[in-house]
Amino acid sequence: MSDVLVMTDVRKIYETGDTEVAALDHASLTVGDDEIVALVGPSGSGKTTLCSIAGGLLSPTSGVVTVGGHDLTTYSARELSDFRRDQVGFVFQSVNLVPFLTARENLLVIAELGGGDTSTATTRADQLLDELGLADRAKNLPSQLSGGQRQRVAIGRALMNEPSLVLFDEPTSALDSKLGDQVTRLIRSEMKQRGTSAIIVTHDDRITQYADRVVHISDGVVLDH
Amino acid sequence: MKIALLELRRQPRRFGGAVAILTLLGALLMLLGGLLDGLTEGGTNAITAQRADLIVYSANSGAKFAQSRIDPATAAVVAGTDGVTDTGALNVVQLGARLPDSGPRDLVGVRLFGYEIPPAGVGAPPAAGEAYADVTLRDRGAQVGDVVLVGSQKSKVKIIGFVPDTTYVLEPTLWANVETWSSIVGANRPSEQLGVGVSQSLAVTVTGDPLAAASRIDAATGGTTTTLTPAGVVEADKGVQSQNATFGGIIGITVLIAIVVIALFFALLTAERTGLYGVLKALGARSGALFAGVVAQAMILTLIASLIATALALALEVALPPGVVPYSLSATRVISSVGSLLLAAVVGCAFSLRRVLRIDPASAIGGST
Repeated sequence: MSDVLVMTDVRKIYETGDTEVAALDHASLTVGDDEIVALVGPSGSGKTTLCSIAGGLLSPTSGVVTVGGHDLTTYSARELSDFRRDQVGFVFQSVNLVPFLTARENLLVIAELGGGDTSTATTRADQLLDELGLADRAKNLPSQLSGGQRQRVAIGRALMNEPSLVLFDEPTSALDSKLGDQVTRLIRSEMKQRGTSAIIVTHDDRITQYADRVVHISDGVVLDH
Repeated sequence: MKIALLELRRQPRRFGGAVAILTLLGALLMLLGGLLDGLTEGGTNAITAQRADLIVYSANSGAKFAQSRIDPATAAVVAGTDGVTDTGALNVVQLGARLPDSGPRDLVGVRLFGYEIPPAGVGAPPAAGEAYADVTLRDRGAQVGDVVLVGSQKSKVKIIGFVPDTTYVLEPTLWANVETWSSIVGANRPSEQLGVGVSQSLAVTVTGDPLAAASRIDAATGGTTTTLTPAGVVEADKGVQSQNATFGGIIGITVLIAIVVIALFFALLTAERTGLYGVLKALGARSGALFAGVVAQAMILTLIASLIATALALALEVALPPGVVPYSLSATRVISSVGSLLLAAVVGCAFSLRRVLRIDPASAIGGST
């Protein structure tokens, strides 16, 4: 099994006045192909920072981050934009669908940003919506969808660019336990069907049973990997 | 870009306020421009209508007909200047006129021109006692064949036709031959009577470059003349200069207000969209693409506002009775007003660029630099 994500000795330092705060302190993590990793830790432990660095949203202060063999630390801001658009998928804590776009259009946002072939993207969006059980909701605005449906649209959006790695930020925090369980099972099923790797940032222990591996993080230090 | 356009389509009410204010500003720009053009045209139509390439005034006249005198000797020098093909007297006097069926105190201010080279739309100098009249006199009830009484001596002038766009100093004009003009001035304004062969100015046609010919004429007369093109006469008019400066200033301030309105509106909108832009950046949108969307929205809003403003400005032109307000809305004025608003839209949006650039994609996931 090859590694999709390799983070080696990564530090992220924030300067606040005269003091330095290490959000990540010599963190190392590997995520294998087709592997689902649950990143667990208390608030402020650095899990979101780690996830952001893995997804090219933040640049580390030091260390090496490779995704699919590409060293992100050498990328410019523009190249990181392209990387996020083409190589990774994100599912945000508050879903963050574009409120004035329909479910299908929210999936097509990725293709729109990349200027790709619209017809191919539309076919893929419809296919994903069908797989996620949202075929009949394609033309609905987010405000017309339930919380679970919105979460599924967000998952579909994350899968539009056929990423090698999907990053989930607290995907069940806004859902009740039953719906959270359904969504987590859906995440596992979709990732495994596609052979896509995933990091699920959570402090919900119920999610960890669906992960292949659980990684704990505390005070910016990855405790087991 | 498509996302920005869909937002406009799906959430039109969000942009209604900006469109309403931009419409008012656009209408104000066109109204001010129309008034400026109307004033300028109404004041100088008789000059710009000249078919002559040049108008020769005496040097110390400030290019004003009433203060200018060209004597026969100077006229001969002008006529003999290289490149000059024709010359003709051009005189004007202001008089009160009584139209048929009007009361004894119901006077209309008119400018009586005596001419030899016909301006555009005006026929050859008519017979004694006859004149062409500007169409604004027809708007006041005059008809072809009417006899207008001009001046304190009620000199008779018969209208033989109407000509468009020949007003002068915002008053209707009458176009008579030089002899008729002289006899009416002699009867009503003896102090302004010209000597034999003397004219206020000369209309001159030339071959080749008019400006070069103007220099040759002034050189040939030993600097006793000031020769200008009709456009130069308008530009040299102090009244026109004051109008342009005043209205130009007001128009400039209106454009500045439009810039501020657009800047504030899109600054607020961008602040509202910080979360959305963070998500889009996290998904791979570049700042340039997001800013292009902002500019596209501003341009479309401005175009919609401009269309409504143009309709309002045109409706105003139709609604205004002729001759009441000097208002003239030209295609050039509409295009320049819309262009100014579009420029204001781009400049106004530029104030949001920094905010868009500073939005951190990491904010979408909760982390931030």
